Amino acid sequence: MKVAVASGKGGTGKTTVSASLVSVWQSPVIAMDLDVEEPNLHLFINPSITGERTANMEIPVADESRCNQCGKCAELCQFKAISLMGKIILTYPEMCHGCGGCLAICQEGALSPGYRELGEILWGGTDYGEFLMGRLRVGEAMSPPLMRAVKIRLAEMTSSAGTDVIIDAPPGVSCPAVNAVMDSDVILLVSEPTPFGLYDMKLAHQAFSLLNKPMAAIINRAGLGTSEMADYCISSGLEILAEIPYDRRIAEAYAAGHIIADVDSDFRKLFMVLADKIKAIAGAAESREVWNG
Amino acid sequence: MGKIAVSCEEPALDSRIESRFGRAAGFLIVDPETLEFSYIDNGSSQAMSQGAGIQAAENIFRSGAKIVLTGYVGPKAFQSLSAAGIQIGQNIENMTVRQAIEKFKAGEVDMAESPNRMGHGA
Amino acid sequence: MDAPDLHLILKPENIRAEAFFAGHEAVIIEEKCENCGICAQMCRYGAVSETLQCPVIDHLKCEGCKVCAVFCPSGAIDFRVKQCGNWYQSDTRFGPMIHAQLFAAEENSGRLVALLREKAKKKARQEKLDLILSDGPPGIGCPVISSLSGASLAVLVTEPTPSGRHDLERVAGLCAHFRIPAGVIINKNDLNRMQSDSIEKFCAQQGLTLLGRLPHDPVITHAMINGQAVTEYQKGAFAEQVADIWNVIRALSGYDSRQTGSGYGN
Repeated sequence: MKVAVASGKGGTGKTTVSASLVSVWQSPVIAMDLDVEEPNLHLFINPSITGERTANMEIPVADESRCNQCGKCAELCQFKAISLMGKIILTYPEMCHGCGGCLAICQEGALSPGYRELGEILWGGTDYGEFLMGRLRVGEAMSPPLMRAVKIRLAEMTSSAGTDVIIDAPPGVSCPAVNAVMDSDVILLVSEPTPFGLYDMKLAHQAFSLLNKPMAAIINRAGLGTSEMADYCISSGLEILAEIPYDRRIAEAYAAGHIIADVDSDFRKLFMVLADKIKAIAGAAESREVWNG
Repeated sequence: MGKIAVSCEEPALDSRIESRFGRAAGFLIVDPETLEFSYIDNGSSQAMSQGAGIQAAENIFRSGAKIVLTGYVGPKAFQSLSAAGIQIGQNIENMTVRQAIEKFKAGEVDMAESPNRMGHGA
Repeated sequence: MDAPDLHLILKPENIRAEAFFAGHEAVIIEEKCENCGICAQMCRYGAVSETLQCPVIDHLKCEGCKVCAVFCPSGAIDFRVKQCGNWYQSDTRFGPMIHAQLFAAEENSGRLVALLREKAKKKARQEKLDLILSDGPPGIGCPVISSLSGASLAVLVTEPTPSGRHDLERVAGLCAHFRIPAGVIINKNDLNRMQSDSIEKFCAQQGLTLLGRLPHDPVITHAMINGQAVTEYQKGAFAEQVADIWNVIRALSGYDSRQTGSGYGN
């Protein structure tokens, strides 16, 4: 099963939860960090990296001598990655979305495939299982293309059907976040019971509802705010799977790069119970699919 | 002297100059000797999520103007204009199109060696 | 703009909303479709799934690239403009506010950022205001790059944790890449002295001004729950530290020296 740990708002504790879940999961698991702009999971679960590769986007390279100035490439391109002015062809690699349209439409062989570096993909092992992450090149504006490349690597890694994946997703509800959660079996929304946390959780809940996946909430820093968060979850049918208390020891452990589930046996138990609940939700969803199938 | 394109808010010689090249509402294409002018709408660039400067540069190229007077040009628009051999006068703001043309004729405009702004969208 | 929160404290009123359209999406016209499968073959985003009747386009995966529409031999794909969200002009107790809300799963666009910035500048000129303060998005991607462009100063907020440090390095790198002057605020400073000192050293090495430090204090959450800025909620030590930091920002960004009352950009 694939479990995505997401949130509307940043800083609510996705990585905290992901790291702790990975540490108590027990069955074969791949910890996957898809927050490629600011990957943090490795800071807590300390992987040994055994492999890496650069992810590239295919972009057009122009040969003006073969161009007949028909302009079809520039006309097709929705992203201004290729521009034709008289006989001059200009390409803007950073604008390219890698759709392949210009390369396909040119009849003159004036365009050939080149590459733009998106970032890196790294993989390895931890004390708890396998590890996989993407890291966006600073200056690269788009996350989703790198995220797609990381998912391709994941497919190479999940050789046995029994391996679960815990995905640390990027914050927000725009395309990077949706890209991270769209292939999962369960989406967990981590938030905090404050006005910001609640507002962003509602946004995330609405946004991800379009994906028709089982969703559940995890309240971090519980006890800090008001009961509005709990009220919303009840009225919208979002089950609260765990409440992690507002405890300075947690903040300090996090600040020191420690996994919360390791702080003491109570926290470890909290996450083990959470892990079991998640597995139950995913299992129930699977049975429904088989039944409906 | 060839025609000059000036980024502007309205299609008139006394329009304020628009300081952003890519997102300008339009360009006045002016004959600097006679001050006859035509206007090209830059709405196609404004409508773009990204790459407005590149589109604007294409619009200028098609107008036949060989000189652009504007405030700020991002790196991609700069690259486009330079590749097309169009000269760029930068850092012009808080004046009308007419005043900008006069300034240019008096040799007081910064002709650009490099873009004076980082890009906006991706 | 995908998860905006500032309005929860600023409580804008007189909200004037406008639709924001950007990009396109592909939609199959079933009556014209011959089910040849070319669209599914050519789509590089996995957005087109084949079925027995005619393909289905997943609009969440559709990149708006137009390839399917262009290569469809039957002209069976409509390529239409998309509304991705709304933008708003409103009033708050601190001054005018320009904000936006993107619909779920929409791409953050440089154009929306440019639009908001343009409206903000226009408003600032109209009301003769010398300062535009932007609540920026997290990360280092496209919307962050857009927000930073043309800024007099970037204020980077971090915390003394491995994530905070790691992410600060990346966004500081981004500011350096685009030559935007940057200052740093260490929030929740007392969580980990060692990390905090290490961040201070990093700032010194990178030529980033350390604007100040704020303690880990529930007062800021209480203020938020009360719908107030912490400086309104309680005139205590925390609020004073925020005020001190603001004074440093004023000086560093050139705001103090520009205050002529004649409006932004003049």
